[in-house]
Amino acid sequence: MPAEPPSRVATRAGRRSQQVAISIEGLRVVRSGRPVIPGLTARIAAGRVTGLLGPSGCGKTTLMRSIVGVQKIAAGSLTVLGEAAGSPPLRRRVGYVTQSPSVYSDLTVRENLRFFAAVLGADVAAVDDAVHTVDLADFADQRVDKLSGGQRSRVSLAVALLGDPAVLVLDEPTVGLDPVLRRQLWGTFAELAANGKAIVVSSHVMDEASRCDWLLLMRNGEIIADGSPEDLLTSTGAADIESAFLALVESTDAA
Amino acid sequence: MSAVITLAVTRRVLTQLLRDHRTLALMLVVPCVLLTLLWWMFDRNSATFDSLGPPLLAMFPFIVMFLVTSVTTLRERSSGTLERLLSMPMAKLDLVAGYAIAFAAVALAQALLAVGLAVGLLGLEVAGPVEMLAVVAVLDAVLGTTLGLFVSAFAQTEFQAVQFMPAFVIPQILLCGLFVPREAMPDALEALSNLLPLSYAVDAMQRLQQSSDLSSALWGDVAVICCFIAAAVVLGAATLRRRTS
Repeated sequence: MPAEPPSRVATRAGRRSQQVAISIEGLRVVRSGRPVIPGLTARIAAGRVTGLLGPSGCGKTTLMRSIVGVQKIAAGSLTVLGEAAGSPPLRRRVGYVTQSPSVYSDLTVRENLRFFAAVLGADVAAVDDAVHTVDLADFADQRVDKLSGGQRSRVSLAVALLGDPAVLVLDEPTVGLDPVLRRQLWGTFAELAANGKAIVVSSHVMDEASRCDWLLLMRNGEIIADGSPEDLLTSTGAADIESAFLALVESTDAA
Repeated sequence: MSAVITLAVTRRVLTQLLRDHRTLALMLVVPCVLLTLLWWMFDRNSATFDSLGPPLLAMFPFIVMFLVTSVTTLRERSSGTLERLLSMPMAKLDLVAGYAIAFAAVALAQALLAVGLAVGLLGLEVAGPVEMLAVVAVLDAVLGTTLGLFVSAFAQTEFQAVQFMPAFVIPQILLCGLFVPREAMPDALEALSNLLPLSYAVDAMQRLQQSSDLSSALWGDVAVICCFIAAAVVLGAATLRRRTS
């Protein structure tokens, strides 16, 4: 195991301090000549759900792809669990769920999971666990293209859970899900975080902010706020995160 | 590389193929139908069927496998599963080899069916051993598969992938020696045909058709085809990128 840097980040109320799981220094990403992320520095802690919030097109997906190591980056460094993002030892320890489900639509749920489990070296029990976690046990032998959109995203999420990764990066995992299921999934994320995993969840729906332990608000490829939901409400004096976001946008634009 | 992962890919691709009944039927039946059509065309002239049959036995499986493979692997790219797999502990060669083995299994069935039909029912007569005819047909189908895998890297859409068929395959058909013997072509074209894999496939078939012994020239052709297969697999793996912009 590589030595973890001793850096720690304070949590809300300062009750616990937590280990840094993801460390981003001066990240710059240029896509088709346009700097999508001009220069971003942030730390993301293990043991909590970090929400990456911002309007669509603000660079959330690009940032997540950089953390997973599938994005070409122009400058800066990205460390995940003490290793360079995307390096071979991380391929087992980082789970990634893209916005559109990346699974085989002509295979059943179980066939998909068995295949990815074989790739990850996970055992058969992991397949059943993942199916239960995303609440698809009744559909395990259905072909993915016969499932609803929400069910398909859950199959994709189940794949990411297979290898019991220490870091989970989820791009808009709750889009198109009904409220009951959404609450259930946020419960799952909280549980995983309580077990020490770093969970990064993106959303463009600000009312999901209250489900997160920590927030990174993004706009035009930059982080405009980094704190707990309570901190953000207190510092802006806003009633909800959406108003807090708008207040922050106005103050940065004025500056 | 890991044999477990390679075979997991093979099993998955075969499961997908076996489930797609229409594609599977097309892959197995179309070469047979085309051969039958050819036999019927030369109804009164079985000598022409005997001379055209073996080269076409090399060509039909090659074309069908090229098309199916290039579109299937492109689908893997566009569905996001390729990116997902490459973010997992999977060697690039695992993926390409896994695909190649799965399609080779289908190619085996396809080539055996086509050779069985041509020799058994349509009365194709060749001087060389029939088993060798089958071996070369299977190799040609595998060659089509691996070239399809390789060129799919250069296609962004299924439309483009399908267009690679006239772009990559038809020149090979024109220059392989079926229409004009390769020695009789202008020097530049003969030199070009020496670089194209299908030329060796057709050469091997023509040798089998004309001579009863397994000459060293035939083994040379087979060796060249195998080299093209290996090169296409390695190049196909090299075109995969873990990081994209």
